Amino acid sequence: MEKLMLLGDEALAQGALDAGISGFYGYPGTPSTEIIEFVQRSKQAITDNVHRTWSSNEKTAMESALGMSYAGKRAMVTMKHVGLNVAADPFMNSALTGAHGGLLITVADDPSMHSSQNEQDSRFYGHFAMIPVLEPSNQQECYDMAFYGFELSEKYHIPVMIRLTTRLSHSRSGVTRRARLEQNKLNKPEDLFQFMLLPAVARRKYKNLIAMQENYVEESTNSPFNEFHLEATDYSKGIITTGLAYNYLREVYGDSPIPYPMIKVCQYPPPMGKIHELYNKCDSLYFFEEGMPVLEELCKGPGFNGIKPMHGRLDGTLDRDGELNPNKVAVALGMPAKFGTEIPDIVVGRPPALCVGCPHIDSYIALNEAIKEYGRGHVFSDIGCYTLGFMPPYNAINSCVDMGASITMAKGAADSGLFPAIAVIGDSTFAHSGMTGLMDCIYDKTNIVVVILDNSTTGMTGGQDYTAFGRLEEICLGLGVEKEHIRTFFPFVKNHAEMTQIYKEEIAYEGVSVVIPRRECVQTLKKKFKREA
Amino acid sequence: MKKDIILAGVGGQGILTIATILGHAALKRGWQLKQAEVHGMSQRGGDVQSHLRLSDKEIHSDLITMGDADMILSVEPMEALRYLPYLAADGWIITNSKPFVNIPNYPEPEAVYSQIRKAEKHLLFDADQIAKDLKASRAMNIVVLGAAIKHLGFSADEIEASIKAIFTSKGEAVVEANLRALQAGIALS
Repeated sequence: MEKLMLLGDEALAQGALDAGISGFYGYPGTPSTEIIEFVQRSKQAITDNVHRTWSSNEKTAMESALGMSYAGKRAMVTMKHVGLNVAADPFMNSALTGAHGGLLITVADDPSMHSSQNEQDSRFYGHFAMIPVLEPSNQQECYDMAFYGFELSEKYHIPVMIRLTTRLSHSRSGVTRRARLEQNKLNKPEDLFQFMLLPAVARRKYKNLIAMQENYVEESTNSPFNEFHLEATDYSKGIITTGLAYNYLREVYGDSPIPYPMIKVCQYPPPMGKIHELYNKCDSLYFFEEGMPVLEELCKGPGFNGIKPMHGRLDGTLDRDGELNPNKVAVALGMPAKFGTEIPDIVVGRPPALCVGCPHIDSYIALNEAIKEYGRGHVFSDIGCYTLGFMPPYNAINSCVDMGASITMAKGAADSGLFPAIAVIGDSTFAHSGMTGLMDCIYDKTNIVVVILDNSTTGMTGGQDYTAFGRLEEICLGLGVEKEHIRTFFPFVKNHAEMTQIYKEEIAYEGVSVVIPRRECVQTLKKKFKREA
Repeated sequence: MKKDIILAGVGGQGILTIATILGHAALKRGWQLKQAEVHGMSQRGGDVQSHLRLSDKEIHSDLITMGDADMILSVEPMEALRYLPYLAADGWIITNSKPFVNIPNYPEPEAVYSQIRKAEKHLLFDADQIAKDLKASRAMNIVVLGAAIKHLGFSADEIEASIKAIFTSKGEAVVEANLRALQAGIALS
């Protein structure tokens, strides 16, 4: 069959389409966004009527995917690692309900925080929920694991996590396709208690989940994606490697064979029996994991006598944080450090910045002017392009924690007496997690100004649609904001005086105000012009 | 045969197009490739790079090993220097000399050039000006590509065929502009 050049994200999407998926659900987040973007462009997905529109946030997406699984069809939910925090409630409970139609939970981690606020490792969540986790090491495995994951999910009626990392999500390589599977037919679960987590049922379900762990370990011990090379020439070291790190290990040895026994883990729960075998054979163990030291910590537990040295992120053989690369793996194994030449001192950083002509620039300049008299430290924000308003010359915001935290942190500060307390949130982020916080403010009559920067898109991830588009005023009205305190303007240099005045008036109003600067993102506008040309 | 290339620039300058063309030509030969890209926050005017690996054998790592790159191919001069730790001792630096200044503390261009000239093998030229003179301003990246192909072991015919295949949907004029840019680049090598 044909070979396609695909990003890891795209290979997974194509794999799921070919494996008979009926719906993708997700909220954009680097490095996961390209999965659903690919599906939205796919003729196959359109012809087969596969669900592919964006959800409001990761929690609604996770629940929708679970509902599709309830109805007997195959579904996937996609998100970045921190999105799983938002979806954690349905995620954890889906381990107890289990799946009916195959259910894949795809989480793309971002070690080194290329585009994220932390580098949490989703394998911990998989371990926590006690569900199988698949961690592809290359683009072909991304494709193949969609088939394998659905099969595993339907065999055991359990959701399966697919864990990606940035360098695989965003790296392209050749992928060979397989024969396509049909979508499942609509069919309700036979056991109508399956999704009913009342305590009495849930206790039974939890016991069952615990009992199933043996089977999941057996599956990973026989997995086509795990490799056990326990015979070798040199037993001074034993190597355990996972996902992407496996490639770096292979790269380091090039054409020569790896002299040490080695286990490649791409399916979890880990094949502990085999790992014990390796431990017993070798004088020391080395752990190469992209992300946090998940296996390394597990191997501190029962069955390991603690006598043999273990090397990895915990003992400083590898950096405790950040992504791996071939150089780090080579040095950890005692090979000489390769290096070109040092970066000359004249090279300066070039951090990301708001685009030339970005509407947020005008909104921030006016806001800075309006609050000049109060000094800095009054503006709470969160996650989106507008977070770049932190950078000079704007220095306009003072917090970025998680999606939606702008409004609620400003509320808490206002409750403490901070005046003015201002929240700056993007339009898509408001749809994601801003509305409930605003409702808290209405309920408490909090003295707050909420600025919803409306660039009519999800900008940071490259311009995706979002669910509240075109309805921001209606939503605010509906939540209970007074009509005369919902103010909109066109953020533009020429309107500086008007914008500043509006901010000042709403700061002066004692209660909940919403200010909506509205002008389309220059990037999506450019794309539109290009398409029309 | 194996070629490890670091493509460098600033978000939006077109390094991924260079990667696509080289990748297309490599696949035509029946080679394998891996191409690690930068998406997300950094694309907003920040420094971006792509690790492009082409080989007639299996490629393992998506990232190039530091000290192993055959070439740094850059559309911006200071960005070329950012990846020096990756460059092999006998590697090439081929770069546009036109600074992309979107930061207040951009160094003196001459200081940047003198660092580039320290590399034994380098090509430094104003690709923006060359493309402009050809009335193909948007094909600056293809001028840079043109200067590199000989040193990567690709023929002009191979790359022309790839440019035609990739740009054909954008119309004759775009294909022609890119082919002119390619030739101008080749003339520099």
